[in-house]
Parts: sequence; structure tokens; C-alpha cells
Amino acid sequence: MFSNNDVLETIAMVQEEHLDIRTITMGISLLGCIRDSAEETAQRVYDLVCKKAENIVRTAADLSGEYGIPIVNKRVSVTPVSLLCAAFPEKAPLIGKALDDAAATLGIDFLGGYSALVHKATADYERVFIRTIPEVLASTKRLCSSVNVGSTKSGINMEAVKLMGEAFKEAAFLTKDADGIGAAKLVAFCNAVEDNPFMAGAFHGVGEADVVVNVGVSGPGVVKSALEKIPEADLTEAAEMIKRTAFKITRAGQLVAKEAAKRLNAQFGIVDLSLAPTPAMGDSVAQILEELGVETVGGHGTTAALAMLNDAVKKGGVMASSRVGGLSGAFIPVSEDIGMIRAAEKGAITLDKLEAMTCVCSVGLDMIAIPGDTPATTIAAMIADEAAIGMINNKTTAVRIIPAPGKTVGDQVSFGGLLGRAPIMAVHNCDSSRLINRGGNIPAPIHSFKN
Amino acid sequence: MRAVVTVTGKDKKGIIAKVSAFLSEKGANIEDISQTILGEYFAMIMIVDMSEAKMGLAELAQECADLGKQIGMSIYMQHEDIFNAMHNV
Repeated sequence: MFSNNDVLETIAMVQEEHLDIRTITMGISLLGCIRDSAEETAQRVYDLVCKKAENIVRTAADLSGEYGIPIVNKRVSVTPVSLLCAAFPEKAPLIGKALDDAAATLGIDFLGGYSALVHKATADYERVFIRTIPEVLASTKRLCSSVNVGSTKSGINMEAVKLMGEAFKEAAFLTKDADGIGAAKLVAFCNAVEDNPFMAGAFHGVGEADVVVNVGVSGPGVVKSALEKIPEADLTEAAEMIKRTAFKITRAGQLVAKEAAKRLNAQFGIVDLSLAPTPAMGDSVAQILEELGVETVGGHGTTAALAMLNDAVKKGGVMASSRVGGLSGAFIPVSEDIGMIRAAEKGAITLDKLEAMTCVCSVGLDMIAIPGDTPATTIAAMIADEAAIGMINNKTTAVRIIPAPGKTVGDQVSFGGLLGRAPIMAVHNCDSSRLINRGGNIPAPIHSFKN
Repeated sequence: MRAVVTVTGKDKKGIIAKVSAFLSEKGANIEDISQTILGEYFAMIMIVDMSEAKMGLAELAQECADLGKQIGMSIYMQHEDIFNAMHNV
């Protein structure tokens, strides 16, 4: 049983500290939709997604009402679309449009999976597919796209890295009237996971069941409030407090995930233990690091504090859920975190420090606006750096970067909603094109040979 | 199925009477009730049985929140499982 204090604590978490279920994401396999033509396949895709996810919005509202915890996003992830259209890759945008239409019909927030997995090599159809991504992101609203360009097991596909540098640039350019928002719906991964409920990188892996429900919890504000109660504690005690808090947050996620799966006739997939910030005051991962004792996020000590936070969240969360997966770690997007935005505006945090931070947390260089005239090869080189960190450290890393058209350092982009706003951050001006244009693969590291 | 009703706010006359009359009218049976007063603040926690309730939990929770607005208190109604999940190993 629970005590009165437990009840009041839970209510305070929701009312004052922004505890929420960040997303219920239904993963749907579309492999059964493949037909001889793109038109038929697109129709099947639309019908199947609308059928399988028809109750997701209502169910989320019911669960939210019954448990008294907000469920912020309702999403769908699907089989990587490149696999559906290997026979007609130039017509992949038809499938993209069908998915975006389905998302609109369902009233969900985002749909992920306009994706390709090219970590070892780029097949001809995948090359064509990747080139369709910018136009598709510019002409759809809710569709998200991701490409896996490397893995610990297979190394880094540098041709795909180069293609992705160009894709970010073009996706931003084609949406220049909206600060390049197209690029905010695109992710380049190393070691992408198949059960990620978070956007923009969610897709439904081929190793998954037909229909699953994955849930992403959140609650940076809850962790920060817990730490505020022990301002003099040493870091051992602080880590313990984070663990205990993560346990409670995750248990809420586990409960909602299992109940949602039951009501939606789907398999319970995983709970993703990520601490995902929002631009709201008090819902910031950066402010947790500052509460731990770094004056401004980005200062020396930030990486150490983040490493501790990330690890403690996992330890508390793993104990709380029967199936943990997805990205599971602290997110450090710049535009979506008020503490990060402020640090970036002050110049306290730089791209180099963010890159260092991604060595110890999920997931990568996330929602960072850079000057619009940054060359595609420089963006590709940033992707290569991040992929190298993921490959060597056996972890997922990602890049979601927005080369804001017509803007430069000192300007700002604003996407609104959960995507937030961000000052343009400086990029190193030296030329990386010779490295990128070499192509080929960065071979898998020696520690990948475990068989 | 049981739910937890939590009423918080500045202490004033007749809160318990109003909330329990409302719940009774909706078919929610109060099984346990406890209250604490901290200075001028009031917190009441009730465990209610919903098996004969006239509406679903989500809907009744919304009505409770509306009643709270009318009487100047915050009223939350939640499935008991959320507290069991979060506060028990």
C-alpha cells in the first residue's frame, strides 16, 4: 500500500515538476503491405496504419484521465520505408505521403520511419531513397526520417555520411521559410535502435512484432526537484537520489505502457528511460547539471555530472521496468531545453562541448542550429565524428542539426512547440571536404570481433 | 477497482461534506478517509471503490476537477495503481 505522503508526492510531481509520459509510440510492421506498385503499396500502408492505430489518441486520453498523468505525444513508428520500395525507390515519396496522411487522419503528433539502414553499404535503391528524403520532409508535416550510417559491428559507411550531409542541407533549404524545420525532422544515426519511441529517430525494426507499444517517460523537473531537497549532499548521495527518482518515473511509464498495449491489442514493447527536456521552465536536463553544481551547463565538470546523471537514471529505471529499451539516457537537445538555450545564448556551451557530452549520454548532437552557409561536407564531418563516438563506445549516437538558411551566428531560429528555439551556434570553419570525399568505409573497430 | 481522491487547498468549512456528497451521488463508495491540516492548508485523501460508479474513472476525475474549481480547492481522482506502481518495489 502507499502512504498519504506518497500520494501527495505523485501529485506534486505532475502539478509542479512536469512529470509526464512523453510519448506512447505504436510500432507497426509494414512488410505485409508490399505490392507490385508504389501506388498499391501506399494505399495498403495508409489503410494498415489507420486501422492498427485508430484508437491510440483516445486510449492515451483515457489513460491520462485515469492515472492523472499527462501523456504528451501520441506517435507511430513504422518499418523503414526504404525496405518497402526497394523495387521502386524513386516512388518512395508516395509512401511518405500516405504515411503523413495517415498521421493526419489519426490525429497523432509524429510518425517516424521514412528511414534507411545503410550502416555497412548503400544499395542502389537506398541511394535513390535517401535522395528523396529532403523533398519528402519539405512536403509533409508529421513524417520523420532517419538513416543509420554506421554501427559498431560494421563500421561507418562514409558514402552514406556524405549523402546525409547533403540531405540536411537540402532539407533545411527546402523549408527556408520555416527556419529550416525540415532538417529538424531528420536524424543520422550510428547504432540505431529498433524500438525507439522518440522522434525524429523512431522506426519499427524488422526484428520486432507486428504491432508493439513503446513508451518514453520523462521528468527532468522531477529529478531536479529531488536534488534541490539535498543541496549539501555528496555525489554518491545525489546519484542515489536520482536512481530512486528514476525508479518512480519509470514505474509510471511501465504501468501506462502495459495498460496501453493491452487496450490497443499490441505487444508491450519497451519503456525508454530517457530524460527528455522540453522548452518549459523547470523541465530541463541542463538545469539538473546546474543543480549538481556546474554554474552554467557547458562549463568544466558538465561531462562528469552528465555521466553520473545518465548512469543513475538507467540504474533506477532498469529496476523499475520489465523491458527497457530504446535510447534510454539523458537527452541534450539544445533548442528543446531552456537551460541549454540560455547557455548557448551566453556562449557558455559550444558544439565541441556538446560533442564531448555525447560520449557519456544518449544520444548526440541534437536540435542544434548552425549557420546556413555551412558546407554539406562540414555537416557530413560532424556526422562522422558523432558516428565514430557511437561506433567505438558501443552506443547509439545521432546528429539532428539544422543549417538555418540565411542565418548566421548571432541569429536565432524558432520552431515553436516542443521543438523550441535556438541561437545559431558557431561551427569550425576549416575544410573537411577532402576527408568526406574520400568515401569508402571506416572499418569496424577491433572490439567488434567478439564471435 | 479503487481510486484515490485527493483534495488540497486552503482550509475552509464544509469541504468533506461537499466532496463526499458529490462522490456518493456518483456511486463512488468511500472506503477510507484521512486528512491533515498544515497551518491553513488542508489535504484530504480518500480511497473510493468504483465498482458501482455511474461513469468511468476518467470522466469522473474530470468532474472532480470541475467541482474543485467551484469550491476553490484542487481535487484529483486517480486509479490507485499509479501509486502502487510508483511507491512500491
